[in-house]
Amino acid sequence: MSAPAPSMFSPAAIEMIQQLGLKQGRANLEEFATALEELAAADRDVVAVTSDSRGSGKLGPFGQRFPDQLIEVGIAEQNLVGVTAGLAACGKKSFGVSPACFLTIRSLEQIKNDICYSNVPATVVGISAGVSYGALGSTHHSLHDLAALRAINNMAIVAPADNFETREAVRAAAAADRPVYLRFGKAKMYDLHDADASFEIGKATVLREGNDVALLGTGETVVHCLLAAAKLAESGLNCRVLSVPTVKPLDEDAILAAGRACRAIVTAEEHSVHGGLGEAVAAVLMQAGVFVPLTIRGIPDEDTVTGAQADIFRHYGLTMEGLVEAATLQLQKLC
Amino acid sequence: MLATDDLRLKTIQLRRLTLQSIMTAGAGHTGGSLSCLDILAVLYNRVLNVSPQRPDDPGRDRYVQSKGHSVEALYAVLAERGFFPAAELETLCRYQSPFVGHPTRKIPGIEMNTGALGHGLPICVGMALAGKLDDAPWRVFTLLGDGELAEGSNWEAAMSAAHHRLDNLTAILDHNTLQITGPTRDVCSNEPVDDKFRAFGWHVETVDGHDLDVLEKVLSAANPAGKPKLVIANTTKGRGVSFMEGVLKWHHGVPSDEEFAAAMAEFDAAEATLRGADQ
Ligand SMILES: Cc1ncc(C[n+]2csc(CCOP(=O)(O)OP(=O)(O)O)c2C)c(N)n1
Ligand SMILES: [Mg+2]
Repeated sequence: MSAPAPSMFSPAAIEMIQQLGLKQGRANLEEFATALEELAAADRDVVAVTSDSRGSGKLGPFGQRFPDQLIEVGIAEQNLVGVTAGLAACGKKSFGVSPACFLTIRSLEQIKNDICYSNVPATVVGISAGVSYGALGSTHHSLHDLAALRAINNMAIVAPADNFETREAVRAAAAADRPVYLRFGKAKMYDLHDADASFEIGKATVLREGNDVALLGTGETVVHCLLAAAKLAESGLNCRVLSVPTVKPLDEDAILAAGRACRAIVTAEEHSVHGGLGEAVAAVLMQAGVFVPLTIRGIPDEDTVTGAQADIFRHYGLTMEGLVEAATLQLQKLC
Repeated sequence: MLATDDLRLKTIQLRRLTLQSIMTAGAGHTGGSLSCLDILAVLYNRVLNVSPQRPDDPGRDRYVQSKGHSVEALYAVLAERGFFPAAELETLCRYQSPFVGHPTRKIPGIEMNTGALGHGLPICVGMALAGKLDDAPWRVFTLLGDGELAEGSNWEAAMSAAHHRLDNLTAILDHNTLQITGPTRDVCSNEPVDDKFRAFGWHVETVDGHDLDVLEKVLSAANPAGKPKLVIANTTKGRGVSFMEGVLKWHHGVPSDEEFAAAMAEFDAAEATLRGADQ
């Protein structure tokens, strides 16, 4: 018998989820596949490119419904990105879909030159990003992708936190006249947005108001930021929570507003602490002269601890408890 | 009993251990582990000059598993050879376990961290060149998947291996004809593989990848002078468990309790047959 998969949510976190009334949606991966299928149904120019990855990308049904709009290149990610670029250069709304780990490092030169330098409106979709493939080891982790792609001009980087952000990001990417990188995992996500929410590439969303600590997350860490803020409220602290799906271009206004209003900032990302959301936020704040204490929570520069995604989140303090601790430590230092 | 029957019995036990570790972990690459298991058993028991007592011996043969996802078979074979206790495999994929779902050098006997496809052959070209530079007699082996061959890095390495006349290098192709999405011929055909490698300047042999005698012979034999060798091992994905053989979903399928019991029963029956035939 196999042991049950570890969870990122402690019993206390699950209680908080219930208190906040958060509803569990599906995996962003599935939301992505549905959104892409809808786009493909309406527009024959929407084309997916896969590298033996259609199963992992939940695009099996897409391929059956639109066999002409799914191009399979085999296990060849560099070829996949080149092909995606070529399609985009000839008017197709191309989506190259492959595990983020291979897509964004093996094919980095194709992303840099064929998509970004040539500046064609292609979308590359990094599935099972971060440490989604936890126990498969570091070959299968993408903890470098935000850093690598942030340093390549023309690229927009979007890591949606829930199904709403995913759906909107896929639509925005198809409509965008520029290269876009979408990045998400395969875990089921909680719905974090109200029905009247809006989404725009380059904009962050304030999910919770407060002026004590601002918790800024991107992608799969955002829910943990929200839970941590709710937990901190039990100690009388009002914490702001920002979902920052677009890591580039950053929503500088929202970040500066948080930095000016709050006593400390904690960023959380499923990425190396180097070169991702945290450092991007720090750069915005410091260059604007907003000197607010800041903690970057992410995966440190070491051999990543082994285990499932949930184990890794817990180990590095990316869960509710870890983020509460990070915020509390910052406030203690201020006293 | 023939020497090969001994090894044949061992491969049954290794299949048990492979499936057991996948069950305990609740994850694993079942089909590809079972397709390459006979190859690994022959390599580690009959061909490679490696020793669990001296896993770092500079004179050892090198094996790099390019199709790293089939690590469960490699773990089983290494454990059985005594590189580490088989009981340690119970921690596979657990928090803080050194046994992750792809090969890493944290495990005694494993040469290189692999798992992203298309890396083994270039690494082995480097190793084989190092051996040549040192005038060393040791040999270099890698195991490739047939789907994996779509990665261009293989062809870059194939070209350089022939160019550098690396006759101390042997690549084995686990030619099970399936990958994740479907048959390799439908996903992105690489056929005819033999002619392609020959055109690149390799010596190519095609064998039954489950015939232990034939495998031993072809893998032990020295390469023709100045030529890298490709052994195309025709295999069956999921080999040894009737309901897994040639069935796509077992690429990374994990058996249910019932399926696990059924597989174990098949192994028991295979063992009884083998022992019976021997009497
Ligand atoms: C660079 C890279 N791309 C994709 C994968 C994901 N992946 C793991 S196994 C596999 C299929 C491998 O097929 P094949 O090489 O035929 O191996 P086998 O049939 O022996 O399992 C894929 C696509 C990977 N591990 N590395
Ligand atoms: Mg195969």
